[in-house]
Amino acid sequence: MTAPSPDPAPPALELRGIDKRFGAVHANRAISFAVVGGSIHGLIGENGAGKSTLMNIIYGFHRADAGEIRVQGRPVEIHSPQQAIAAGIGMVHQHFMLVENFTVLENVVLGVEGGRLLAGGLAHARAELGRLARDYGLEVPLDAVVSDLPVGLQQRVEILKALYRRAEILILDEPTAVLTPQEADQLFRMLARLREQGKSVILVTHKLREIMAVTDHVTVMRQGAVVAEVATRDTSLRGLAEKMVGRAVLLQVEKGPARPGAPLLSVKDLEVRDGLGMARVKGATFDLLAGEIVGLAGVAGNGQSELLETLAGIRAPSRGEIRLQGRDLVREGLDPRARRRLGLAHVPEDRLHVGMVARFPAQANAILGYHDSPAYNGGVLLDRGAILAGCEQKMAAYDVRPPNPQLRLSAFSGGNQQKLVLAREIDADPRVLLIGQPTRGVDIGAIEFIHKKLVALRDAGKALLIVSVELDEILGLADRILVMNGGEIIGELARAEATEERIGLMMAGVKAEGGV
Amino acid sequence: MSAPAKLPRWAELGLLPAINLVAALLLSGVVVRILGENPWSAFKLLASGAFGSQDSIGYTLYYATNFIFTGLAVAVAYHAGLFNIGAEGQAYIGGLGTGLVCLWLGAAPFWVVFPLAVLAGAVFGAAWAFIPAWLQARRGSHIVITTIMFNFIASALMTYLLVNVLIKPGQQSPESREFAPGAFMPPIHELLGRVGIAFTATPFNFAFVLALVAAALVWLFIWRTRWGYALRVAGENAAAAVYAGISPPRITIGAMLLSGALAGGLGLNELMGAQHRLLLDFPGGAGFVGIAVALMGRNHPVGIVLAAVLFGALYQGGSQLSFDMPKINRDMVVVIQGLVILLCGAMENLFRGPLAALLRRRDVP
Amino acid sequence: METYTLIVLLLAATIRVATPLLLAAIAGMFSERSGIIDLGLEGKMLGAAFAAASVSAVTGSAWLGLGAGILTAVALALLIGFACITHRGNQVVAGMAVTIMVSGLGPTLGLAWFNLGGQTPQLDGPGQRFTELAWPWAEQARALPFPGLLYAELLGGHNLIVYLAAALVPFSAWVLYRTRFGLRLRAVGENPHAVDTAGISVNALRYQAVAISGVLCGVAGTYLSTAASAGFVRDMTAGKGYLALAALIFGKWRPWPTLGACLLFAFTDALATRLQGVALPIVGVIPVQFILALPYVLTVLLLAGFVGKAVAPKAIGVPYAKEK
Repeated sequence: MTAPSPDPAPPALELRGIDKRFGAVHANRAISFAVVGGSIHGLIGENGAGKSTLMNIIYGFHRADAGEIRVQGRPVEIHSPQQAIAAGIGMVHQHFMLVENFTVLENVVLGVEGGRLLAGGLAHARAELGRLARDYGLEVPLDAVVSDLPVGLQQRVEILKALYRRAEILILDEPTAVLTPQEADQLFRMLARLREQGKSVILVTHKLREIMAVTDHVTVMRQGAVVAEVATRDTSLRGLAEKMVGRAVLLQVEKGPARPGAPLLSVKDLEVRDGLGMARVKGATFDLLAGEIVGLAGVAGNGQSELLETLAGIRAPSRGEIRLQGRDLVREGLDPRARRRLGLAHVPEDRLHVGMVARFPAQANAILGYHDSPAYNGGVLLDRGAILAGCEQKMAAYDVRPPNPQLRLSAFSGGNQQKLVLAREIDADPRVLLIGQPTRGVDIGAIEFIHKKLVALRDAGKALLIVSVELDEILGLADRILVMNGGEIIGELARAEATEERIGLMMAGVKAEGGV
Repeated sequence: MSAPAKLPRWAELGLLPAINLVAALLLSGVVVRILGENPWSAFKLLASGAFGSQDSIGYTLYYATNFIFTGLAVAVAYHAGLFNIGAEGQAYIGGLGTGLVCLWLGAAPFWVVFPLAVLAGAVFGAAWAFIPAWLQARRGSHIVITTIMFNFIASALMTYLLVNVLIKPGQQSPESREFAPGAFMPPIHELLGRVGIAFTATPFNFAFVLALVAAALVWLFIWRTRWGYALRVAGENAAAAVYAGISPPRITIGAMLLSGALAGGLGLNELMGAQHRLLLDFPGGAGFVGIAVALMGRNHPVGIVLAAVLFGALYQGGSQLSFDMPKINRDMVVVIQGLVILLCGAMENLFRGPLAALLRRRDVP
Repeated sequence: METYTLIVLLLAATIRVATPLLLAAIAGMFSERSGIIDLGLEGKMLGAAFAAASVSAVTGSAWLGLGAGILTAVALALLIGFACITHRGNQVVAGMAVTIMVSGLGPTLGLAWFNLGGQTPQLDGPGQRFTELAWPWAEQARALPFPGLLYAELLGGHNLIVYLAAALVPFSAWVLYRTRFGLRLRAVGENPHAVDTAGISVNALRYQAVAISGVLCGVAGTYLSTAASAGFVRDMTAGKGYLALAALIFGKWRPWPTLGACLLFAFTDALATRLQGVALPIVGVIPVQFILALPYVLTVLLLAGFVGKAVAPKAIGVPYAKEK
């Protein structure tokens, strides 16, 4: 991968001194950088570094307080997505901006219908999309309803939308979060093809490997400011990581060997169906042993979430058993509260919407799920003293800031909200802990802290099940790895025999090597 | 930036509702102006009609009693994330229960009638709320529409019962016979008289005290018990409730039962305290006033009691007003009610943003 | 009366009862497809009914009444829009608030202006009402039971608004599925973020949708006070706005099925009216109160029995904020 030679032509996109505040938060501090035409430009930074704000300014969702945006050397005013589109900027959001019950064709023409009546515009779009598909290798069934398409294809629809609007600069926000490593490679080949055709690409990500693999230049952001802008070939993984965090980081989790004991949780032939009767988990069978961390890997949407929710008691399985302490949780129909009493704690994947009530004060959140425990109740009334003390103690132990139990949870930063949820579930001293995406939305400093806590819990003889779409995290934490594809547990690997490639193939549906 | 601006507690609970009320009154003043009357003198008439004498204060608090019950009913449902438009029908049917006990127990003494009447009012009101609640919880039927329909159905049912079944024989108007004195709620003037305080005779009765007790119990329940906690979690975030092992359908049914039971308290005041018989349309729109009262009181029992007194004053003062200004009738109060619901319930952000900005500026030295 | 005539008259009554329901239901469809719950249908209709009757009474023109009805309902719709779109308020509460406000405002203004206890004067002058259009040779055709009676009573013999409502169904289906506006409307109720990123203003679309709802509610209200009856009386909508909403839900937010639901409601109503005072086998005479309550009971049954699986526009009821 070679960077294009220096060119007298103006950059495709140039930012000069972009500044933005939200109240007391200084989200962007005088950001300046340039994207060379026909290149892939990486933008990395931790959560909260200001990447999203910056992209939203470029796409016209937010207005910068100061600064200038230049496209092909000319200053442009961008105050709405409409103006961004007119300036030749296209954006593929992390959460796809697609109308799910529309066809691909309808989604593509939305906003550029070409007249008051649909018929003409749709015909024109059909022809034009055929051409784009040939030029860029972007084949999509045009009359399929979007919700029926796999995520990889949905992402392709988003790219087509941008190209159909004649985008010259394509911004992709965390595009690989929903893809298998193989699908991600396919995406990167597609981006390379766009680059060959003279388009410019901005790749926003927090995955350093991707930056190293596909970009020509990289801009690093920290705390709202640009801290480095370098040619990718002049830097290294570790160098980028340190610039991103501002200090030396541990990329490896420190832990001793596992000493697995007796099974604490046994799952047998578990099947889960969704509201439409489709099987989402097909015959899962496995044990969680005392003193080990099991990682559940898979591309988002392959049944891991459903499996986790079923173990936690949020979903009811259609078949199978879950045994904890000699009791069959399925047959007894125990709800999440009853399961907690038996020592099964759960940190949900979507902590902000499932694991807490944002408008309640911190102390009310610190008892969620444990609110009828005798520890927090007198005879009839809640024991407010115990609730307050419990929250204060958790805030101190997990360094939740500010340590104010009365404050509404929504007033805390994302990382601190997460810590409080983790504190609640770990402090309940569970036998088995289920954790979805342990470090999603958490900055690197807190990740180290959380990983240490989890390893300590393991070493105390508990069983942990971790669901994560971040392979690095699974590889770093797990002692044993289960891989899910299409609702099946397709394979199991001991940590020693697991490599990113082997897991990646399994995630894509290839069973053990030798077989298919 | 999309989150609603935050206000200090005193401003959230006191100042903001007051501003909304003033805005609603100003808009009503515009309507009065359109009607060709002077808004200021209308307002003065209203105020003196509501608070000008012992007589008017008695009536104001008598009306307020109804509104405390229905306001609490709406608020309990609201905390569970449900909009109960059916307090009117639940109060109507709840009152039927109370009335039936009063009629059947005939000559029994008050201490026998009273607990059974309270119980019957609560049970009948809860039963009427149960069906829409069950349909929402188990069938996903929109509870707003079903509770409205149940208001209409309650009205038809009560008309049928009063016209064909409960009517006092040989009488023209569809009313039951009068209750025996054992079923009369003690009037406040009588209770005060016993301790030597003279108060004008009005329909203001002991049910007001019951309403205050209900308000206190609702407060304890919502904020100080694990069941209230579960109810609020389900109302704020159903996904978090499921995660915590709280069943939202069960909360829906439980909250609506409680809501209907509270609405059923209206009969204690209106039937046992004032009318002393079953008659057509005795809730008189109090179920809808309850919505305004709950929203204005920020769904907090203290706020609800204050807002209920305010609406009691509007009702009582409004009667006085329509007497002195023939162009204005009591429907004007319904207009104010609608405006209060609009401003406190649907446009609460209208004044919140500017108010927050104002208070912030004051704080910064 | 012979059965055939009875059936024809029953169906003709069904059409007349269905008209305001259909207008309101389609009004609700535009609003709800854009993502705004339309619980203000009742209030907008009631406001329009009052305005139309008042203006028609004063000016002597039903057409001016219609104009006033539409203006009033649009103003109320925009008020709901202001609360729900601009200020992102609770849509259910806003609709209820407007309905309650109007239910008080009509009688208040009516009393002050006409001094008839809150009603408007009887509309009996020429041109004050929308009356039945006489179709050519309808009277002669009546003599011929089939198909003459069908022609005279079922096809003909309705006022202009009835035909307008009938034409509205194919027209709104065409708008919804064949035009740019329809595509955007459907999109904004499903995923406003997608619409916003496509460079279309979410708020402008939603304001247009609620305004259309206002226009149609205006026509529906005008029908009630100047076509179906001869003046405004207190609470004359009697829950029709909510029935329309239930019909819309039952019709899964689509024009043709919604028409079917409205006809079902109307038929029940027309049938019940026919049954008043009639002794039926086994049950005898059904008390009038139960007959009056029938549409409300039917609404509950429909919502309970069949609508559980209806898929509402995904973004309905959720105020749009750019931030996720």
